[in-house]
Amino acid sequence: MAKQNEIKFLTSTRIEKRQKKYCRFKKMGIRYIDYKDGEFLKKFLNDQGKMLPRRITGNSLKFQRKVAQAIKKARQMALLPYVTDLLK
Amino acid sequence: MATTENLQNYELMLVFTPVLAEEDYKGAQKKFADLLTELGSKIVHQNAWGLRSLSYPVQKKTTGLYWVVEYQAPADVNAKLEIQMNRDETIMRHMVTRLDKYAVEYNAKKRNKHSELETATN
Repeated sequence: MAKQNEIKFLTSTRIEKRQKKYCRFKKMGIRYIDYKDGEFLKKFLNDQGKMLPRRITGNSLKFQRKVAQAIKKARQMALLPYVTDLLK
Repeated sequence: MATTENLQNYELMLVFTPVLAEEDYKGAQKKFADLLTELGSKIVHQNAWGLRSLSYPVQKKTTGLYWVVEYQAPADVNAKLEIQMNRDETIMRHMVTRLDKYAVEYNAKKRNKHSELETATN
């Protein structure tokens, strides 16, 4: 039976290390999320206009809530759509 | 106006129907600005965005005239303002948001940067 170290795999066994997610607001020191600039808020929407979950955006809980509030306000004032296709 | 009561910072955003002509738009802005000052609030900054396309049709219209006002007011002003805004049919959407200190700082910084940009360009 081939010894352990002689076994060769087609692909390298070392999975590339996934980059650690960080909260962009804490890192950049942003304290207020403005509901008026839709371009910035679009980063947190998928292409159907739905909000991305925290595990994707990597935001901390405090800022994910602020982003959610800002998006809802922007939607109310027709700056962002409630639902659309190919938003980006 | 009693100076003792603390003034909260608010931001009002209005969306007028696009049917308004230019001077009606200005007239409506002035009307609400005067209404605010009459009710005892101090207007910090006005910013008219003008005609902008809405991301979904509101009252069968796809564009709207946006107007943003930042002002300081005692707490009871917004209720009176609300009545006026609901009565006025040229307004499609309105929203009053309370600004905490970071928001006020953000707006101030944005305005300075904007004005610097303008002085730099002309």
